[in-house]
Amino acid sequence: MSEQEILAFDKADAIVDVPTHYCPGCQHGVAHRLAGELLSEMGLTEDTLLVTSIGCSVFLYNYLNVDSVEAPHGRAPAVATGVKRARKDKFVLSYQGDGDLASIGMAEIMHIANRGEKVSIIFVNNTVYGMTGGQMAPTTMEGQKTTTSPNGRDPMKEGQAIRMAEIIAQLGGTAYSARVALNNVKNIRKAKKAMKKAFEVQQKGLGFGFIELLATCPTNWRMTPIQANERVESEMIPYFPLGVYKDATAED
Amino acid sequence: MAKNGEKLFIKGNEAISRGAIAAGLKCYFGYPITPQNDIPEYMSAELPKVGGEFVQAESEVAAANMLIGAAAAGSRCMTSSSSPGVSLKQEAISYLAGSQLPAVIVNMNRGGPGLGDIGPSQGDYFQATKGGGHGDYRTLVLAPGTCQECYDLVIEAFDLAFKYRNPVMILGDAIVGQMKEPVITREVKEHDAAEGTEWRIEGAKDRDHRIIKSLFLTEGSLAGHNQALQAKYDDMAKSTKQELFETEDAELIVVAYGSIGRIVKSTVRKLRAQGHKVGLFRPITLYPFPSEELNKLAKQGKKFLTIEHNLGQMVEDVRLSIRTITDSDFFGFMPGNLPTPDDFEEPILKSLGGK
Repeated sequence: MSEQEILAFDKADAIVDVPTHYCPGCQHGVAHRLAGELLSEMGLTEDTLLVTSIGCSVFLYNYLNVDSVEAPHGRAPAVATGVKRARKDKFVLSYQGDGDLASIGMAEIMHIANRGEKVSIIFVNNTVYGMTGGQMAPTTMEGQKTTTSPNGRDPMKEGQAIRMAEIIAQLGGTAYSARVALNNVKNIRKAKKAMKKAFEVQQKGLGFGFIELLATCPTNWRMTPIQANERVESEMIPYFPLGVYKDATAED
Repeated sequence: MAKNGEKLFIKGNEAISRGAIAAGLKCYFGYPITPQNDIPEYMSAELPKVGGEFVQAESEVAAANMLIGAAAAGSRCMTSSSSPGVSLKQEAISYLAGSQLPAVIVNMNRGGPGLGDIGPSQGDYFQATKGGGHGDYRTLVLAPGTCQECYDLVIEAFDLAFKYRNPVMILGDAIVGQMKEPVITREVKEHDAAEGTEWRIEGAKDRDHRIIKSLFLTEGSLAGHNQALQAKYDDMAKSTKQELFETEDAELIVVAYGSIGRIVKSTVRKLRAQGHKVGLFRPITLYPFPSEELNKLAKQGKKFLTIEHNLGQMVEDVRLSIRTITDSDFFGFMPGNLPTPDDFEEPILKSLGGK
């Protein structure tokens, strides 16, 4: 290390020291790091069983230093249920994008929440299918152009963007449901706190923990990273309000 | 749980359930569909009593995917369904095979295609033995013909699943699932508690983290993976099982499996009493198919007739097994009807006298 280099922070033990494969400005990397830091800080690294899903985020297993299993498209909540039922003593974490969770996997996410499985699911909402090349997602916003909504999403034909954090909050087994954003430092700090709560309800055996992260996809939005962050603030947050929709630890 | 040697009068579906629990089943995931509902019903009541987990999933799709999670964690796990439900499970079965995970899947085959009917049929032979889901993979398939075999083969299925790290299917039908017979239970050898510890996910402590996956993007890695799978399938073929009945001096060998094999056995008995030289070859392992054993009989100059409760599926494997020597006739009893031993007399006599 040269004299000019300063070590600003230590790498958390749950994070693998490898170069990222994500596009510039993509916030999967931020989400991964928050998850990794929390696992380390909460002493969960050696006890975590990770379920990874389909899409850009499938490679999460290369970034987190925890044992993992890969789920088919949409089925991560079912796979996570199987893992948790087999190993109730372990911390089970799953991670899904919007197409994976709110489209093909809608049944599985609803029922894992309703059963109250003691697992934590991180949901990355960037309003588009990333890995497959920018097609319309269930969270694509009205008027948003994608490769399969070239004239902009039309609610009369294609419906409205689905708000998952609110839906999950209404299901019987949900102990925590919140929506946060990764568009600036302040929101990233809040996101980490919310993720911690989602992890804690699992540790306390209170039920299902769900955290929705509003994130960017500059490549498929055809934007610069800065423009993408601005879009999160000006378009996404007004439609997908940030906040805690259910918190079993706050009741009574 | 049943003790060693206890004699019970139970349905095939219950025999499968009891056998699975005796084999150390820890997680069962299911979804109701006729004619296999006795299995999830039994599991919901009995599995929790022995410390196991029962989940009635939201769909057959979810149930099969729960298997992936439980199997990855090294648990002895099972799901059961019937034809249309098994179609829904096929994606997960492909992932289980691709991820090299052990699990047991029961298919109490009903009539099809589509919704078909709830009666017995052998229409799922192709799906069970040729892969069923996407990609180059095979599922080990065992076909019970009696309630006792339902009990015994499910126990064997768990051992094979862990031996090969591969899904194993029990292929039955509404006849063997719904009929009641005496079943003698047995004390099952405790499986090694360390089973699966060398590959399962259990928390990365003092070692590198493990990734159980079926995605192989680096050039050449999928080819290597497929070669390893193929080597497993080749090894499985060394220990196929079959029943030979009155084959020694037989001129005609009837090849039939599962419930139909059982019914044909009665026909063979009757025809033998009348002096006809007929015998039965009943494959118990359907994949890998017991080709070598069948080929030995072909070399002895036997004639062959394949009888199935479908339009002709296993007959292709029979023909492949004996193709360099002879051929097989085929008689398909139409799904949608229930055969009796008498239904097979005429086709057997016709084959015996023909050629």
